[in-house]
Amino acid sequence: MIWLIARSVFTESLRRRVFLVVPIVTVLFIGLYAFAVDRVFATVRREALGGEANSEIFAGATLLGLSMFATLFLGAVLASFLTFSTVRGDAEQGTLQPAIVRPPGRRAWIVGRYLGAAAIGVSYAVALFAACVTVTGAISGWWPDRVIEPALQLAGAIAIIAAISTLGSVFLSATANGTTALMLFGAGLTTGFMEQIGVALNAPTLMTIGRTGALALPFEALYQAALRALTADTTGITGFVVRLGPFGGGRAMTALGYLWIAGFVVAVAVLAIRSFERRDL
Amino acid sequence: MSAFLARDVHKRFRATTALDGVSLEIGDGELFGLLGPNGAGKSTLVKIAVGLTKASSGSIETVGHPAGSADARARVGYLAELFRFPSWLTADEVLRFHQRLASSTGGAGERAELLRLVALDHVADRRVGSMSKGMQQRLGLAQALVNEPKLLILDEPTSALDPEGRHMVRRLLEHLRERGTAVLLNSHLLSEVELVCDRIAILVAGRIVTHGDPKDLAGAGGVEIDTQDGTQRFAGASRDEIPALVARLVAEGARIFGVRETHRTLEEVYLAAVQQERSA
Repeated sequence: MIWLIARSVFTESLRRRVFLVVPIVTVLFIGLYAFAVDRVFATVRREALGGEANSEIFAGATLLGLSMFATLFLGAVLASFLTFSTVRGDAEQGTLQPAIVRPPGRRAWIVGRYLGAAAIGVSYAVALFAACVTVTGAISGWWPDRVIEPALQLAGAIAIIAAISTLGSVFLSATANGTTALMLFGAGLTTGFMEQIGVALNAPTLMTIGRTGALALPFEALYQAALRALTADTTGITGFVVRLGPFGGGRAMTALGYLWIAGFVVAVAVLAIRSFERRDL
Repeated sequence: MSAFLARDVHKRFRATTALDGVSLEIGDGELFGLLGPNGAGKSTLVKIAVGLTKASSGSIETVGHPAGSADARARVGYLAELFRFPSWLTADEVLRFHQRLASSTGGAGERAELLRLVALDHVADRRVGSMSKGMQQRLGLAQALVNEPKLLILDEPTSALDPEGRHMVRRLLEHLRERGTAVLLNSHLLSEVELVCDRIAILVAGRIVTHGDPKDLAGAGGVEIDTQDGTQRFAGASRDEIPALVARLVAEGARIFGVRETHRTLEEVYLAAVQQERSA
């Protein structure tokens, strides 16, 4: 039954032409990104960084980091769009009631809708990341140190955003929840930037704000970890320079961090299911 | 086993009492009408019966199972007062989706039969988004009948229907009665309820103020006798009392020109019950 409900999200996306609009925007983005990579590397090859730093690694990691920011943003928009009205929004529309009085019930409904939306968002983000890695490598000849690890971390970040948006849909109307989900996404990224600035300037307060933000909104921690994974094996002065940049830095994820994220997702899931089961509609 | 059994159901929304001790029983195959003004608690009772809302106290059983439980959901069909199907699905796809949710084995045959019952068989492949409100309402009825429910709960099923559509619903309800399906019909349309229901209840301010056979409730309203002094009215008198009334008037010297038995309509019963409850 969960599979049937999850598949209905796919049908909905197909029929509402989400899969028509998103590819157009994506192709436009990849085209612009390819143009940017080409221009930046042409410049880098003419005017290399001085000293021992490898300009091509710096340019590649920064550009791919930038593309990951865009990938996370587009994936977050897609995941939020597919989940923002899962409960209250659909109940206000009257589409929820006929379905949840059927035998599978509320739990199967919310889990199925979440899985369907998360699967679409995650697939999209992973595909876009793979496209950006390929474009970067094909044009510049630079490939990230790791590919699978950041792809999985991006996927995890999108799944967390979808979970937060699904939880929000239990309490908030569709418009309020969509707005909240995107604002939380923005807040997460902002704290991440603050932490990177804090590291660059050696400002402990900014670093604390960033780490607290990553704990509260762990999709940001995964995004930071994915950024770090791009140049995980790059050391020396090049590694140092890369980690100073806003899209080439990041922070590696510890085992405790993954444990925290797992706990966070379980807590969000339990809260969403319990709250939905108790809610009068 | 009753199709529907409510025992002392209370529902409070903060300071507002929506249901104040409702007890009600509907037998198998019985067509039961629930009447009441806006805000009386009819939809709240129905929502508790299908598990959309929880009672503050008391209990409801549907087809022998606690309301809202998986066993009850498998045997109850429901048409909400305000509902919408995904606009991107066709009528046939809506029914197929609900067949799967209900684990119905009826397949294409059941879908075709349901669409025929609600006169939508010619638009099975039309998307919901391009259907009129009335067509969507009829599709909602078909959806509620998926997997042959033992109890059908209809919340204002004819609100968006034209007279022909309402007639179709009446025929459908009579067909369900023949099939032994119990129906709880929540409606504002007194004439509709009077025509099809075996029993009715009038709910006002969360309490059932009167219930019974609509014909009995709307029964004798009195007797009117035309005499040389004008029309004399005997409120509450029945047909059996007419000879005695006429004999008495004649004995008193009256000349009788006509005798009529008058009837109360369900509307009069309803308005009297509502006004009495409000004034109390």
